Amino acid sequence: MPTIPAVEVSGLVMRYGDKVAVDGLDLAVAEHTITAVLGPNGAGKTTTLETCEGYRRPQQGAVRVLGLDPTADQRALLPRIGVMLQGSGAWSGVRAMEMLRHIARLHAHPLDVDLLADRLGLHDCGRTPYRRLSGGQQQRLGLATAVVGRPEVVFVDEPTAGMDPLARRTTWELLEELRADGVTVVLTTHYMDEAERLADQIHIIDQGRMIASGTPADLTRGGTATIRLVVTKPFPPGAPASLQEALGPQVSVTPISDVSLLIAGPADSTTLATVAGWCELQGVLPESLNLGQRNLEDVFLELTGKDLPRD
Amino acid sequence: MTEVRAEGRGTFAPRPGAAPLTRQVLAQASMEARLMVRNGEQLLLAVVIPVLVLVGGVAGAHRIGIHFHERAVDALTPGVLALAVMSTAFTSLAIATGFERRYGVIKRLGASPLPRSGLLMGKIGGLLVVELMQVVVISGVGLVLGWRPHTSVVAIAGAFLALLVGTFAFASLGLFLAGALRAEATLAAANLVYLLLMAGGAVVLPADAYGGAGHALGWLPSGALGEAMRTALTHGNLAVGDLLVLAAWGALGTVLTAKTFTWE
Repeated sequence: MPTIPAVEVSGLVMRYGDKVAVDGLDLAVAEHTITAVLGPNGAGKTTTLETCEGYRRPQQGAVRVLGLDPTADQRALLPRIGVMLQGSGAWSGVRAMEMLRHIARLHAHPLDVDLLADRLGLHDCGRTPYRRLSGGQQQRLGLATAVVGRPEVVFVDEPTAGMDPLARRTTWELLEELRADGVTVVLTTHYMDEAERLADQIHIIDQGRMIASGTPADLTRGGTATIRLVVTKPFPPGAPASLQEALGPQVSVTPISDVSLLIAGPADSTTLATVAGWCELQGVLPESLNLGQRNLEDVFLELTGKDLPRD
Repeated sequence: MTEVRAEGRGTFAPRPGAAPLTRQVLAQASMEARLMVRNGEQLLLAVVIPVLVLVGGVAGAHRIGIHFHERAVDALTPGVLALAVMSTAFTSLAIATGFERRYGVIKRLGASPLPRSGLLMGKIGGLLVVELMQVVVISGVGLVLGWRPHTSVVAIAGAFLALLVGTFAFASLGLFLAGALRAEATLAAANLVYLLLMAGGAVVLPADAYGGAGHALGWLPSGALGEAMRTALTHGNLAVGDLLVLAAWGALGTVLTAKTFTWE
């Protein structure tokens, strides 16, 4: 592991009026890695990223990117980073390739724009005005403009939001190739599969605080078994607690909604029998009982008590 | 696509760096000019309305009871040039900038190597390119209609200065408007101000055509720009007072913009 982190956030606090968006966040990103910042909407992901990009000055704490202060050393830093914002960021009348060429011209040694457009499938819509691009095309153009300047660090905010599965895979492959070629990638996402597939390091944040971080394997602890129970009508009050009691301390029970819950622990026949017996006792009818390996989604749910939005 | 890897370095191997500032500014200026020319409404404002005003004015001034000291085409063409500068530097710039803020364009460029000063220079460059095209078209139409402008060095320099200082004044006010209001409000206000000044701001018609109010109109940026153009191209003189009035408006606009403008 290299000694100087590409990105270092220490004790960052950011508030909007009374609302605390980032609450004492510490985070370090090693060079040449993909780091995913994972969290629900409003967790403080974008605020953290925008502080790294020099848009916002830290209210407390410090941020360093490539050893530089993003606001004080902005002119030195900006050519070295690539930024993909959430949402638009282009003139409504600009054609897709025209926008990409324009950003390329602002850099000293840009990538070949045609090559990049091939990679991201932008040639089909190269002459289309920005306002007529689909959401996925706009996202791909945003990614292309973020990497065209051959940056050392790329910040991508929700890169695959609104993309179809093929475009998502293309984007993932591009991000992996960036890492292989020595670029450091920091991405925010609320897609578990994206974080699990891409990231060397995952930081889960919720309400502006870091609640867990580690490699995907660390976080899922080698894959404990889980059972997701969904019932046909809402559980009676106190259901999770009574099921927890029935199963014993080796197993954890986390409510997901009033008709579903997550059981993590040894999913053996004893556990299954206990769950089935408990359902009968409570007078609820199981609609589905899914056995699986504990994945990032389960970890997230256990940590935050929130289910992430799905596609 | 096959990957091109030279000496173990991949396609995306970092090689960061900002382009030289002049190249960035030229790129920005050409982008701004292209976007402005591509936009139908802005083209209407930039060329079609001034040409209609010129042709209509020359053909119909007599009939609506306006009398000039000179031939109508000589009196009107400099004012229409002033109108064209106003439409681009003020109205088009304000509207474009308002929507750039709304669509996050300025924010996006804020993360690029282009510094804010470069963005501003690029915008001014874009305005000057469009204004040059307007001058060519309007002067051409004027000449066809029989315009005989002064062409002495002082006259040309005076007109050029009027265009530059007028652009400074109106652009600073346009940016102030775009920074202070939301995009739609900017659109409405910039068009309204343009129409009011075109009709009553002594830009196309000389200040004395407005009777008693004429003197006061000379203090407006529109009146000052119109007078500066007329003084140069109709009388062959330099309108120092009017240029100073424009510079003062420019200074005011700059201070207001600096105090209030936010990039998002």
